[in-house]
Amino acid sequence: MYEGIDGIRVIFEGINFQRLMVGLLVTLKIAAVSVAVSIPVGVLFGILMTSRKKWVRLLCYFYLDAIRIIPILVLLFVFYFEITRVFKIQWSGEFVAIIVFSMWGIAEMGDLTRGAIRSLPKHQIESALALGLSENAIHRHIIIPQITRRLIPPSINLITRMIKTTPLVALISVIEILKVGQQIIEYNLYRNSTASFWIYGFIFIVYFLLCYPIAEVSRRLEKRWG
Amino acid sequence: MIKVLPLYIKAAGFTLLLSAIGIFLSFVVGIAVSLTVYCKVKFFSVVAKIYIEVARNTPLLIQLFFLYFGFSRIGLRMEAYTCAVVGLTFLGGAYMAEAFRSGFESVDVSQKESAQSLGLNFLQVLRFVVFPQGLSVAVPAICANSLFLLKETSVVSAIALADLVYVAKDLIGLHYKTTECLILLVIFYLILLLPISIYMRKLEKKMRFASHGV
Repeated sequence: MYEGIDGIRVIFEGINFQRLMVGLLVTLKIAAVSVAVSIPVGVLFGILMTSRKKWVRLLCYFYLDAIRIIPILVLLFVFYFEITRVFKIQWSGEFVAIIVFSMWGIAEMGDLTRGAIRSLPKHQIESALALGLSENAIHRHIIIPQITRRLIPPSINLITRMIKTTPLVALISVIEILKVGQQIIEYNLYRNSTASFWIYGFIFIVYFLLCYPIAEVSRRLEKRWG
Repeated sequence: MIKVLPLYIKAAGFTLLLSAIGIFLSFVVGIAVSLTVYCKVKFFSVVAKIYIEVARNTPLLIQLFFLYFGFSRIGLRMEAYTCAVVGLTFLGGAYMAEAFRSGFESVDVSQKESAQSLGLNFLQVLRFVVFPQGLSVAVPAICANSLFLLKETSVVSAIALADLVYVAKDLIGLHYKTTECLILLVIFYLILLLPISIYMRKLEKKMRFASHGV
């Protein structure tokens, strides 16, 4: 039985620390894969959003709004409990999480890209058209080189947002750091009265240590290039 | 399906109430914190900066668990509802503070200096020069944060508060009507959030027009 400050031992007892770190790896894996999918596809999506065809734009906005308005937790539930059942497929919670986070990331990244493209002076594109450049050439030589720099800070920031959203996946029973923490707390329920304080506190600090440096990098870049 | 509607409406009311309280308190905390940073109050501005970074770089769910399960273990027992309000305010306050601060900072230094040289005191500079311009610049960010907070309330179901997600999960467990319950859940969130989102987009357009005037 541990009490008071002694309860902090729960973090390092046995293999608890390793287990928490393995859980953290799952968290990071979900975030990393989702970001790796979101950024390239999201940029393409953003370019689609500035399409000259009205129905393409409409479709894109529909997707963006649908994803943005529904809370991610709800999306996770819908995909985990419903989509898998309707289509009779077996998806692990982890896979569902990656799909939902990627969908969300694509929408967010698309909106950022759209904003960046819209912020370019209109005459550049019009002059290019007047010079006879094709749509593809305009994107390759005029739009993409200019928006890349503008998009890097918010893309880095998207990583921290992704990481901050990952604890939700514990609620669709993915064994990541939060879930591991809960297991440890349950195991120590009668032996360590303050386990939940130390474990949740520890996870709190881990998330801060992960996100703060990335957010800081994003901010510095934004200041330098802004 | 009809029978469960009142349950959903009640839960939607709870979600709205919780977010309204959370947004209002975040607003208050945000203004206070951003002013301490903006005016460079000694010591407090450092504390405020640390607070902003800590709250912005940790997930709400962890904050709630830490508050609800963690603090109750070291003798600071709070009800789930209080925890949710405190958690939302803790998170929202930091986001709102950032919005206000960037709004205030968008006001040019030369304007403040001219105002001071005209004999306005510090409070008057804030009241007549910084606030009118800074707040209107901050409006889109404040709206985005409000929408974000409303969406974030969906995690309070994890500490057993009867919001929309909780009711949907409860009913799924009770009747095994997964499809209907989840569809209703999505519909109710759309009803809550769609009007705000549309209004936000309009507001943003208006702001863009305003900035073109400069």
